[in-house]
Amino acid sequence: MIYLNSFIFCGLVCLIGQIILDNTKLTPGHITTIFVVIGTFLDTFNIYDKFVLWAGGGALVPITSFGHLLIHGAMDTVNNFGIMGLFMGMFDLTSSGIVAAIVFSFILSLIFEPKD
Amino acid sequence: MEKKEYKKIVDKYTPKEKRFRNAIIAFLIGGVMGVIGNFLVDFYSYAFHISSKDASVFMIITLVFLGCFLTCLGFFDKIVNFAKCGLIVPITGFAHAMMSAALEYRKEGLVTGIGTNMFKLAGSVIIFGVVSAYLFGLLRIVVMGL
Repeated sequence: MIYLNSFIFCGLVCLIGQIILDNTKLTPGHITTIFVVIGTFLDTFNIYDKFVLWAGGGALVPITSFGHLLIHGAMDTVNNFGIMGLFMGMFDLTSSGIVAAIVFSFILSLIFEPKD
Repeated sequence: MEKKEYKKIVDKYTPKEKRFRNAIIAFLIGGVMGVIGNFLVDFYSYAFHISSKDASVFMIITLVFLGCFLTCLGFFDKIVNFAKCGLIVPITGFAHAMMSAALEYRKEGLVTGIGTNMFKLAGSVIIFGVVSAYLFGLLRIVVMGL
């Protein structure tokens, strides 16, 4: 059942992105940026956590989960260190994605030639 | 006159149909990406005996690697032309943006090429994510207390 939920959730997020992309002049860069901001907004009051419970891994695949993890990490340190925690823990949970993207793209760009 | 009217009608309806098709394809491929993500979470938590929260980190790393690797092989651009937002909105799109920037500028050298330009496309995601997370975090502290 959770597979069906993750199909529906991830599909709907991509569908909304495609509708925005086709009907406005925004570029894919705008769309990913908008979705990250939407993800942080949804997790401000723990709405996105409910999506994660409902859709499992399907809610962690879209870029909205990147924003959700940013504010989630920040809020975890806020609980321990007060308002300064906002600066400390923001990358705690997202570091895996960012580090993986940096390391893989650096190493692979040394090996491969552009295909164009 | 009739021909012109006919052309008008055709112009009016052709892009709409394509939009509908694009939306359906984005929905299906995005959904398949979600299923793959959920499958990887289940697989890693079963194979390595870890919690599903840790397994989701492994899943993100796997998808980022696949996005980077397929971009290097030249597949990804072709699939993105077909699937569009179905692959741009998932985390693979983030990996693709960084990888294609790194590949494009590698001729200009390691530091001035790859180092300076790697975040050219993907940087906005991180910058807007961090700034909005900071502001919404402040909002949450104000509304709900520490």
